[in-house]
Amino acid sequence: MSKIKCQCGHENPYGTELCEKCGRPLSEKAKKSDIVDMRYEGSSRRSQTYKSSIVDKIWNFFSSVKIGVSIIAAVLIASAIGTIFPQKFYVPATTPEGYLEYYERLYGTVGKLYYELGFYDMYNSWWFKVLVGMLATSIIIASIDRVIPLYKSLKKQRTRRHPSFMKRQRIFGEGDVRNTKESLAKAEEKLKAMRYNVKTENGAILAEKNRFSRWGPYVNHVGLIIFISGVLLRGIPGFYVDEAMWLREGETRNIVGAPGYVLENKKFTLENYTKEEAEEVFGEALDKNGMIAKSYTTDVTLYKQDEGALPGSESLKKVKDYAINVNKPLKFDGYNVFQMDYKLDELKNMTFHLVNKSSEESLGEFTVNLSDPAKVYDLGNGSTVNMLGFYPDYDGIKDGEPYSKSPVPNNPAFIFQMNTPDKPEGEKSFVAIRQTLEVEENDYAIKFAAAETRNISGLTIRKDKTLYILLLGGLVFMIGVIQGMYWQHRRVWIQEDTEGHLLIAAHTNKNWFSLRKELDTLRETADLPAYIDRQDPELDKPEQEGDEEIWT
Amino acid sequence: MAKNKKTVRLISRTALLLILAAIMIYAITSKDKVKVLAEGDTAPDFELIDLEGNKHQLSDYKGQGVFLNFWGTWCPPCKKEMPHMEDLYKEFEAKGVHILTVNVGEPKVKIELFRDDMNLSFPMLWDKNKTVMDLYNIKPLPTTFLINPEGKITKVIKQGMTEQQIYEYLESIQPK
Repeated sequence: MSKIKCQCGHENPYGTELCEKCGRPLSEKAKKSDIVDMRYEGSSRRSQTYKSSIVDKIWNFFSSVKIGVSIIAAVLIASAIGTIFPQKFYVPATTPEGYLEYYERLYGTVGKLYYELGFYDMYNSWWFKVLVGMLATSIIIASIDRVIPLYKSLKKQRTRRHPSFMKRQRIFGEGDVRNTKESLAKAEEKLKAMRYNVKTENGAILAEKNRFSRWGPYVNHVGLIIFISGVLLRGIPGFYVDEAMWLREGETRNIVGAPGYVLENKKFTLENYTKEEAEEVFGEALDKNGMIAKSYTTDVTLYKQDEGALPGSESLKKVKDYAINVNKPLKFDGYNVFQMDYKLDELKNMTFHLVNKSSEESLGEFTVNLSDPAKVYDLGNGSTVNMLGFYPDYDGIKDGEPYSKSPVPNNPAFIFQMNTPDKPEGEKSFVAIRQTLEVEENDYAIKFAAAETRNISGLTIRKDKTLYILLLGGLVFMIGVIQGMYWQHRRVWIQEDTEGHLLIAAHTNKNWFSLRKELDTLRETADLPAYIDRQDPELDKPEQEGDEEIWT
Repeated sequence: MAKNKKTVRLISRTALLLILAAIMIYAITSKDKVKVLAEGDTAPDFELIDLEGNKHQLSDYKGQGVFLNFWGTWCPPCKKEMPHMEDLYKEFEAKGVHILTVNVGEPKVKIELFRDDMNLSFPMLWDKNKTVMDLYNIKPLPTTFLINPEGKITKVIKQGMTEQQIYEYLESIQPK
């Protein structure tokens, strides 16, 4: 593929439409056209020209705007489909059968199809990720393919253009003036006053302003890429945490998702509005609805493991006490721990009496802490109670033994051995809620006296290091939009041709009306030939003075 | 000159496309935000006390095999495999394979009652704050990690085991 040598002597890359330097039309298409296509300055988009290897073919595929728009459309449609029914995350099921059953039950055949096509987990599906990846690839390649040639040709442009370039511009005028030199000098001065960058080259002027506006779309694309990379980073461990955990009052637990930190729940408080304080405004509402929550608070203590300590070691250092309230998360090391949920009244302590069955006399009482029971309870008068078995979530007898279906004290049961001065060898008793079993008739029994409950806090742990990357991406995106929208790249060429006529041409990437207004202002100062906007001839103002018969 | 430019173009385009493809493949394959331990990974070190208050540090067992079993007293398959582990414990201790069990945060007395009831003699580590449970990302119980003398995880078993299976697993991480 050879270079195209223009008559002006400049060597252009293969595929160039307009000479980078003088603007002469080079391709057959450009030569035949009345108004040249000024997109990308008529430069050679690489993708359009090299088609040799497979790499070039892939490159060309992604460089295409048509393909880019199709990918955007595909992403949009897929995203929209994902919102028709609830996504997997919001479905109360865990197994594939569970999901299928859920969608079929609620949405019928369509729901079944939705599940089977994988739309129920749209945004995590491999093909959705591929689509987004292709979109990013398309943005990057299409931008590279356009911004480089555009930059090069704008950099290389010469002040004096060939008349054939001038004549093919949308705004063009030609004619004789009284004093060419004076007109050019005045035009130069006025254009400078209008804040154009003016370059001159013996009898030719190139005035240009706001070239940076041409980079707007590419800055915008950079912003998009930063944004997509931020989203991508969320998948890498350490950048993004979104976890949940239950923490009982009195419990100390490793914070899920935040290794090295331990949290203790001191107290959970649910406060309701009282009648007195609400009477004035909301009294009626309270009467109607009963209780209305005022605040949810978890008092916690945060501990950090010592530097270099291994996970699981007891060497914890207290960091701080804090009251987590809705919208007032506990903050540490980039993490936020939010108050999210609660459960009230789980059993915490149970108090029992040791009773002599016949006399119904109590030998004393003892309290079992269900999250940390003791092995022996000494009642202080020569009687002790030994814990032989503890079943926090008793669910009947299995294989001849009491069975606990979970470690949560929902339905505690115990096997106690009662040692009393009368029966020093001890008596055994199985004690559950509203149930007592004895192997043989006992003289003593354990009677339930009281229970204490505790609350459980549902906490959410969040960390998002990508937030600032997303923000930066958004900011760059907006800068690009503003740069491209609020400024226009305008150029005005004025030159004297070989026969002594004065040629004027102008180009802008948008807002031609303003460009024409600027030209009109320019013509008030400098004596310049009348011009015409060849795409909007009817808009030409009749008061333009000058030689107009050339158009007829 | 032209040839040179063409090569540069080919290389730069190929490089960019490969980078983008690599990122895409990474995004698709990395499903879990939390790193899930898999076979071949180095077993993360930890330190826990057993019921007697003795400290156990995983890295102290380097050069020997570790059969690391996470369990809870309420889980029937955990209970079922415990006697098998007890039967093989002494034999493999002499061969340089250690059985370590980690209880996931139950009350100490509950674990002690369980141990005494079942007559178990191997070390029962107590993960009071569930730190090691989170570290190893334990979901179902029992979960057993086989850790070879080099400290690498050779297998993750997320179900109960028979005595025969336990025997084979213990043998597989025996130091040569």
